[in-house]
Amino acid sequence: MDLLLLAQEHAPAAVPKDGFLTQYMWLVPLLPVLSFFVILFFGKRMKSRGHWFGIGALSIGLAMSLYAFIELAAGNAAVEKSWTWFSIGDSINVEFGMHYDFLAGVMFVVVTLVSLLVHIYSTGYMHDDKRYTIFFAFLSLFTGSMLFMVIANNLLELFIGWELVGVCSYFLIGHYWEEKENSSAAIKAFITNRVGDMAFLIGIFVLFFAGHSFNIEELNHAVHEGHLGGTILTVGALLLFGGVISKSAQFPLYVWLPDAMAGPTPVSALIHAATMVVAGVYLVARMFLLFEGAGAALDVVAIVASITMLLAAILALVQDDIKRVLAYSTISQLAYMVAALGVGAYTAGVFHLFTHAMFKALLFLGAGSLIHAVHSNNMSDMGGLRRFMPHTFRTFVIGSLGLAGIFPLAGFFSKDEIIGGALRSASDLGSASAWVVLISATLTAFLTALYVTRMLIKTFWGEYRGHGSPHESPGSMVTPLWILAGATLTVGFLGFPVIGPFADWITVPGHEHHGFETLYNIVLPIGATVVALLAIALGIRLFSEGRKGFDLVASPFGWIYRFIENKYYLDDFYLKGIVKPIQYPIARASYWTNQKILDGVVNGAGAGAVALSHPVYDVIDQQVVDFAVNGAAGITGFSGGLLKYIQSGNVQRYAAVLFAAIAAFVAVFVLA
Amino acid sequence: MSADTWQQVVFWVLAVAMTFAAIRVVTARNVVHAALYLVATLLGAASMYVLLFAEFVAWVQVLVYVGAIVVLMLFGLMLTRADIGKANFDNDQRVLAAICSAALFGVTAWVLVDAFEGEEISLARETGTTTENIGQAIFSSYVLPFEVVSVLLLAALVGAVVISRRDPVDEEDDR
Amino acid sequence: MPVHYFLVLSALLFSIGVYGVLARQNAVLVLLSIELMLNAVNINLVAFSAYLGEGALSGQVFALFVIAVAAAEVGVGLAIVILIYRNRQTVDVDEMSLMKW
Repeated sequence: MDLLLLAQEHAPAAVPKDGFLTQYMWLVPLLPVLSFFVILFFGKRMKSRGHWFGIGALSIGLAMSLYAFIELAAGNAAVEKSWTWFSIGDSINVEFGMHYDFLAGVMFVVVTLVSLLVHIYSTGYMHDDKRYTIFFAFLSLFTGSMLFMVIANNLLELFIGWELVGVCSYFLIGHYWEEKENSSAAIKAFITNRVGDMAFLIGIFVLFFAGHSFNIEELNHAVHEGHLGGTILTVGALLLFGGVISKSAQFPLYVWLPDAMAGPTPVSALIHAATMVVAGVYLVARMFLLFEGAGAALDVVAIVASITMLLAAILALVQDDIKRVLAYSTISQLAYMVAALGVGAYTAGVFHLFTHAMFKALLFLGAGSLIHAVHSNNMSDMGGLRRFMPHTFRTFVIGSLGLAGIFPLAGFFSKDEIIGGALRSASDLGSASAWVVLISATLTAFLTALYVTRMLIKTFWGEYRGHGSPHESPGSMVTPLWILAGATLTVGFLGFPVIGPFADWITVPGHEHHGFETLYNIVLPIGATVVALLAIALGIRLFSEGRKGFDLVASPFGWIYRFIENKYYLDDFYLKGIVKPIQYPIARASYWTNQKILDGVVNGAGAGAVALSHPVYDVIDQQVVDFAVNGAAGITGFSGGLLKYIQSGNVQRYAAVLFAAIAAFVAVFVLA
Repeated sequence: MSADTWQQVVFWVLAVAMTFAAIRVVTARNVVHAALYLVATLLGAASMYVLLFAEFVAWVQVLVYVGAIVVLMLFGLMLTRADIGKANFDNDQRVLAAICSAALFGVTAWVLVDAFEGEEISLARETGTTTENIGQAIFSSYVLPFEVVSVLLLAALVGAVVISRRDPVDEEDDR
Repeated sequence: MPVHYFLVLSALLFSIGVYGVLARQNAVLVLLSIELMLNAVNINLVAFSAYLGEGALSGQVFALFVIAVAAAEVGVGLAIVILIYRNRQTVDVDEMSLMKW
């Protein structure tokens, strides 16, 4: 199996060699995990309460990630190492290893950068929190788990990392567990993820059964060369996508993400915007060759993503809680990424992952800054904050424009790549699902700009509607905001058509270099910008102060509004249709079965044993056994009683017997 | 009549007399009569010995048996205040004893007759008295049993004295 | 003369002595019967000695020893009987059955 990945055709003429640092990239996940343990044991005693360990580990991690990525970009080879963990029989070989290539490199940079900034931000945001130390411990553990998942070279190892990030998400969402709704949100997140994880795990086994390997490279290779295909491949791919649906919050398993906003805002920024939720996208990108060969699977992916992006964008339009707006926005943007992969626009999807991480983290951290100042999540308590919080305002606007996809911010480039890819796939390849993606992506772009405008106006313009006097956040919180804003402004150009290097780095392995989709049709970016500007204009008109905004409650379309407000009744369906039936009737039936049937059997066995022992005692022991024992003694006594009469004491009697015996013996001896 | 015939006649007379006397020994009611009948039996036996060319044994028999043993018996009867003159019923197992002795006699006699029928005691004798020969035999071949018997007699003597001694008086302990 | 006459006589006397030992009630009379038995044996021994000719004097010597032993035995036996009489005031053997069950 060829271990060297030559992703680009126009790669430098130099023979790829092993980079200096790329071999040691397994250290990068290890450092935060070590930091977790150190913080756990020593954090409370430190004056800093432990945050330096996490920041230190991540700084080193970021530096290593950047250096290694540069090495890769300079032409060094991707690295794969593995060793066998254990094997079962001859055929099942479970290995443990790393695979570091461009895709992993990009993820590493994203994760370490955003995690580091969130760490710095949290020193300010969580300053007065009483569980400060454990918070940082879990942040480190989460980062280590995410990096571990990225660097995994086989599906089982990836699954381990997948589960670990889910667990860390549970802990971090439930950070304020004194409120019941917070711990419930954590449980909801974990259980919803579990549903998808089951599908994922079964998918892993199906693929193992079909392809005889857990190794990602081997599986991809097998599909690409045609050794593996057919129905079983489609089934396996769809099952893997089941995991993606839950982890990356696609329809219908996105319901946990809005509720996960109950966690602290830095957590939302890190996990539910930039890193954990993109694990699903990463999985599809990683297994792209496999999905590609799976025929209908990619179509399903595209359709599901299209539905999700529209539904989520609509929901984002009616939220009052600023974090929920951002949450639904995240769901919608994730759907963009997944849809991109679904139509085959691999580079575009990964690029959007990269840019989205930047501006969504920025938006969340900015929202955190707002919440910190206003002490409320709701936009109805905000307003006119641009006067009080200039830094937050400016960075927030930059992030929002990035989200809306306005030139020259990052979101513009990445979003247009996706739409272009959908168009190419639709017209060149005639893929029906691509048309669906194209339409929904365009609509969603419109809606995105609309809700972004609404959010900005309600928060920063107009009169302040809250209590007290808000002030700007401390430097520890504002600095990461500016760093991310700078990123949002610049990274877009990495994906600039033709000259941008991103397409050189991220291409589907083994395929020819697609280049950038926007090259396909210059109409597209212009069209997209027009759509976005229209939406902004509409938003200003609808939501500005003085306007009543959406007062659809009273209108004939009121039922639509109520339908949307109740989140399409999806949560109610889950609760009443699935959770409650399990909780009450099924659980009660199980309990009854246990008490009556199982305990009945056990108790019955016990009673039966007791009942059986009575005859055994009465008959066998008392009568039979004792009869034998007492009988033996009785016979002995009885015969002794008879034999004692021989002892008459009379010597002559003895002599008589003696002589009689002599006579008898003589007779016998003589006659015989 | 020949010597052999005389021997047989004498034998038969003596045999009948001895048997009768023996039966009376064991059935006499009067204990002294029993002892005296024993004397008759023993004298008869002594006569037999003479008939069998064992004069020395005959004389020793008369001396020891009749002269000492029977006298001892009479002394014993006297000292134990045996019921002289009263009826003396034997004990309850007479019948069993009779059967037993009859069986014993039957078996023994049958064996002996079966083994030794037809054997004869010759009447030829060489010169030399039996006494002299016995003396020589005792003090040459049988000297060890002789000495042992002496010791036995001594032991019996001492034992008889010890057994029948009255308990010593306690004044010996005060010295 | 046929030797078996003497032997049968000896057996007869012996059996009569056995009867006396088993049937007599007085201990002294039991001893008497024992003397009868010993005599019978003596007759047997001497008869054999005569039958085997002059070379076999051992029968007579044996008879002498039997007589000597009988004397010793009677002495000790009577001493015991007298001791029993002294303790129990009776020489009835039926009374001397302490070692019964």
